Amino acid sequence: MRGNASTPIAMLKDALVYAALTAVAFLMVFPFLWMASTSLKTLGEAFEYPPRFLPASPQWSNYSRLAEAIPMAKFLLNSVKITGLTVIGTLLSCSMAGFALSALNFPGRGALFTTTLATLMVPYQVTLIPVFILCQHLGWKDTHYPLWVPAFMGSAFGVFLLRQFFLAIPRDLYEAAMIDGCTPGGIVFRIYIPLAKPALTTLGVFTFMNSWNDLLNPLIYIDTLDKMPLTAGLSFLQSQYSSDWPMMMAGAMVSILPILAIFVFAQRTFVEGISTSGLKG
Amino acid sequence: MKSSGVASTERFWGLLLSAPYIAGLLVFAVGPILFSWVIGFFAWDSLTPPRFVGFGNWTRLFGDPLFWKALGNTLYFVIGTVPIGIALSMLLAMLANRPLRGIGFFRTLYFTPVVTSTVAVALVWAWFYDPNYGVLNYAIASAFKLAGLKPPSPIPWLADPATAMPAIMLMSVWKGLGYNMVILLAALQGVPRHLYEAAEIDGAGPLMRFRHITIPGVSPVLFFVVTVGVISAFQVFDQVYIMTREGRPADSTLTIVYYLYRHAFSNLELGYASTVGTALFAIIFAATLVQLQLRRHWVHT
Repeated sequence: MRGNASTPIAMLKDALVYAALTAVAFLMVFPFLWMASTSLKTLGEAFEYPPRFLPASPQWSNYSRLAEAIPMAKFLLNSVKITGLTVIGTLLSCSMAGFALSALNFPGRGALFTTTLATLMVPYQVTLIPVFILCQHLGWKDTHYPLWVPAFMGSAFGVFLLRQFFLAIPRDLYEAAMIDGCTPGGIVFRIYIPLAKPALTTLGVFTFMNSWNDLLNPLIYIDTLDKMPLTAGLSFLQSQYSSDWPMMMAGAMVSILPILAIFVFAQRTFVEGISTSGLKG
Repeated sequence: MKSSGVASTERFWGLLLSAPYIAGLLVFAVGPILFSWVIGFFAWDSLTPPRFVGFGNWTRLFGDPLFWKALGNTLYFVIGTVPIGIALSMLLAMLANRPLRGIGFFRTLYFTPVVTSTVAVALVWAWFYDPNYGVLNYAIASAFKLAGLKPPSPIPWLADPATAMPAIMLMSVWKGLGYNMVILLAALQGVPRHLYEAAEIDGAGPLMRFRHITIPGVSPVLFFVVTVGVISAFQVFDQVYIMTREGRPADSTLTIVYYLYRHAFSNLELGYASTVGTALFAIIFAATLVQLQLRRHWVHT
């Protein structure tokens, strides 16, 4: 450890760095503050110029107006359901396949791994239309199925990530459990999954963020307002009330508060999950 | 005997545990990829039977000025967001890479835009960009007044073809800054301290140390961040959908994915849109290959 503030020059340097970091932090947070502030203004206050930074008195009624204008609670519930199922499905199916690929010898294993690597490179826009046609034929249009069922069948990215992680788990553990009479199916759940917590957390966080924030798929599949998740609902709100900024900002606030709450609570997990494996959805 | 029992157990469980994934890979990835190649040779609205058109969709694509416009706009977005975004992230990461109190707090704040949905933040940015009541024009006018200058007339950010795309880029750089910064900060912390100390003893100045220690030290991670950043920038959609729906004004913000979305789901031209998807794949693939080639020249392994 080098002492930070040992000399005046070092102290000055630290102060400058803090000033720069604070300025950037302000730029990062200001849009959220502005969102919150606008969501509590009257329509008249929102259109004042020069802009007024805080409302004279907070208009909580914007939130009740929002709830009357669009089924916000349903959007929230739909998002929770779709994202919850997507995360559970992804973790489950990717753990099982990742374990099989890393620890078990079975016919077609090499081909399966090669195919996994090959599909990783293909952008999702390529499969978007065929999957849409398939879902239409399955009668899944305007249902939540296209948004979460595929997660229970794994993702190339998740399988690849977990396979790499599982490869680092000593084979002795597997052998010992087999001798004790455990089946490979039991070994995944009793040994591999508990040991892979960091990798599973990373995958879970990414899956959560991607599913919760996904706009394109809900736009394509969901037609009924009551079935929309938050992103699609917010886009609908914008199309209907495009100049009612206080209400739109109230909608945006409601849509980001759950993920912000989880983020604040688990920010170490988020940040470390990303900096260690550096992934992007 | 025993070993064949072990082998058959592994076979059985291996296939059983990967069965859902194998099915998913076939039904939601491999099948669709092949299918999209095939329907690229058909005209199809999904209601009437597909009609074979050979390379008709490709000639149409190459002959459509709007496709070239969308490609140009997308390239503009890639070039306007990735280098600047990563340079800024690198600068921030280097600032933060010292034993400072409360650095975790700053990291959390920088990361907030990353976790929130593009839809929600695009809405508030659209509000910033409002020509008459937006905060951005107000801030610009105030800055001019502060400097004793006459403030410029309000800029219609999202309504002017010249400023609409830069406005979307600015918001996108803001949103991605924290993500790249966190990854680069982790990489910087992995560069051995003694290298810097040795260089200092040898009389290397800050620029020399940056050029010969920092950059080589983080180059594999920098390469990763650039490659992934380029791939995802090519797929930009949400911002455009919310901020300048339909690629307005005058198609100045029409991107490839928006072009694909429009043809597939507004016009129901599924065959043609699949061709667009294949073209996008080819473009991203080519861009990635170029970067892999360039890697040899600057990435230190």
